[in-house]
Amino acid sequence: MTQAKAYLNMDLLRFSTAGSVDDGKSTLIGRLLYDSKSIFEDQFETIKKVSERRGEEEVNLALLTDGLKAEREQGITIDVAYRYFATPKRKFIIADTPGHVQYTRNMVTGASTASLAIVLVDARKGMLEQSRRHLFISSLLRIPHVVVCVNKMDLVDYQEDAFENIKQDFREFSAKLQLTDVHFIPISALKGDNVVKRSKHMDWYQGPTLMYLLENVHIAGDHNHIDCRFPVQCVIRPQTDEFHDYRGYAGRIAGGVFKPGDEIMVLPSGFTTTITAIDTFDGAVEEAFCPMSVTIRIDDDLDISRGDMLVRTNNIPKVGQDLDIMICWLSRKKLIPRGKYALKHTTKDVRCIIKEVKYKVNINTLHRMEDAKVIGLNDLARISIRTTQPLFYDTYRRNRVTGSVIIVDEATNETVAAGMII
Amino acid sequence: MTSYNLTHLRELEAEGIFVIREVAAQFERPVLMFSGGKDSIVMTHLARKAFYPSRIPFPLLHVDTGHNFPETIAFRDNMMERIGAKLIVASVQDSIDRGTAVEETGVNASRIRLQTTTLLEALEKHDFDAALGGARRDEEKARAKERFFSHRDEFGQWDPKNQRPELWNIFNGRKNMGEHFRVFPLSNWTEMDIWQYILHENLPIPSLYFAHKRVCVNRGGVILSKSAHLPEKEGEEAKECMVRFRTIGDMTSTGASLSEADTLEKIIDEVASTRITERGGRADDKRSETSMEDRKKEGYF
Repeated sequence: MTQAKAYLNMDLLRFSTAGSVDDGKSTLIGRLLYDSKSIFEDQFETIKKVSERRGEEEVNLALLTDGLKAEREQGITIDVAYRYFATPKRKFIIADTPGHVQYTRNMVTGASTASLAIVLVDARKGMLEQSRRHLFISSLLRIPHVVVCVNKMDLVDYQEDAFENIKQDFREFSAKLQLTDVHFIPISALKGDNVVKRSKHMDWYQGPTLMYLLENVHIAGDHNHIDCRFPVQCVIRPQTDEFHDYRGYAGRIAGGVFKPGDEIMVLPSGFTTTITAIDTFDGAVEEAFCPMSVTIRIDDDLDISRGDMLVRTNNIPKVGQDLDIMICWLSRKKLIPRGKYALKHTTKDVRCIIKEVKYKVNINTLHRMEDAKVIGLNDLARISIRTTQPLFYDTYRRNRVTGSVIIVDEATNETVAAGMII
Repeated sequence: MTSYNLTHLRELEAEGIFVIREVAAQFERPVLMFSGGKDSIVMTHLARKAFYPSRIPFPLLHVDTGHNFPETIAFRDNMMERIGAKLIVASVQDSIDRGTAVEETGVNASRIRLQTTTLLEALEKHDFDAALGGARRDEEKARAKERFFSHRDEFGQWDPKNQRPELWNIFNGRKNMGEHFRVFPLSNWTEMDIWQYILHENLPIPSLYFAHKRVCVNRGGVILSKSAHLPEKEGEEAKECMVRFRTIGDMTSTGASLSEADTLEKIIDEVASTRITERGGRADDKRSETSMEDRKKEGYF
């Protein structure tokens, strides 16, 4: 099969990596890019020159993930950087995030769109505070698959014991979390063991390489295909001679499978009607599912606009103004108790008031601090809010699209919090 | 049982359409920046899909350096007629004539930086509050951290240290008077995705992308097309070669590559095996290691 045809069978996996400079995270990403031949000669020449100038022995693959000037000066990754590579099976999008506690907000951002998280741990150091943090964030953001890579196995003589002990520690900790699919792989990103190629030094390990896992992990079930949810983005009304009476509702399926003939309910009005057609530029389709962008036409002439939601009559979301949410605070400006903010949920814009801070979570121990009411940058907390209008929502656990919100400061327009509905 | 899984191209397409519809819904006067290059052709195609059977509900803007390949301009005019879109042309020459931009001199003179002035003038003149661009994060390291919705202050500048976090698919387009947004629906696409999509959707593209015979000069490793706009350098020899362009920009700075790829299938095979980044042939990026980051802060695309 030529390159030109192979792409018709590829799908897309978004994954996040969290780790600090010392974990070898940049080296691992460099290794994935390099061994999958996603590095170009001119990029490789540039980092080779820089490595030589710095007097390093080998070409430093970590330099491939260097980003902005400010970060290069400080030698750290401060923002989420997105990287891309592909194999004949899959295209991959890496959300590369820094691991230090002061960058929790970046980790949360990277995790929000990921289907898989790579948590890196140094085989010599074992599970550290920051490993616990990465696992907790993966669990909180409901990343369906987690891969713990025990790195630097070359520095512990590729000993099985070192790997097994760390695995045991992680197992005990992750039992407290809601992680459904956790894998462990012993690797050396520097030497290339078990990253793309199988290691010659660890016969005792029978599991897959990291690349094999990335290429084969089952992702079709990661979206919600049960609860039909269609937030309306905009109304399509061509008003041309050819499409004189055309009126369609454009949006992206947020859950479930919609078909022409389905009986649906429009929220908030509560009217019921039937889907007459699901249109795309390439023609009408027989079914539409998450995350397709389509235009839905219905039988009745109803007043529907942006922010409304189409759902199946036999499965409607929760409707309410009083919500409990877990938030990650993203701004240097602290949360204002009883403060009023703008809130965005699917395609709906409302305002909200912070009714109560219930507790703050110690991100390292997972303890609930019920007396801690001051919420600042990078804090995780459970709060209660009331919105000006009802939202149509599911819990975040059930649906990452209809269960997530962002909170916006009305004065600065900054996004100040990410929220997951409980 | 049906497998509810999209191919990577269908998922990227759905994401791009979602972002373009968000722009139409969240802003009052959006514009789509159209250069005639393959990325803006794909973006325009997604915009058509997003609003079908309506026409694209906002105009397209071409910043014309005056040094464009004639093939690009012919393609542009033809395409606008075919899809029935409204095109606004902002000319760098006009900015120079007005005195707001000053032409560079010397053998490596280019109008790349001058485009920024013309673009910002056009956004201001038409009061556009969101400009859709075809930039991709894989193109250049300064773009790897760019948001889908990228906020610009009243001077059109980008502040990389103060970007809004972007979570899930919730885009925050709130802004104050005088500020605007740059929006990049193709953020997650790679060069290969673009070519596969062009093939899959059978999209017309300018002939420059296919291998053809052209009189060129080799300047510091960059193969440039000989033209009236390219200042001559002493002792330089012009030769006819078989080339194609991987990106289409200004005639004076867009490098060609030697190639025999004269069909989309051959281009895809070439992109798969090629070992040089597509911007490797852009003289404008070779000025310094951070030239893209610096230009972006000033308000470049």
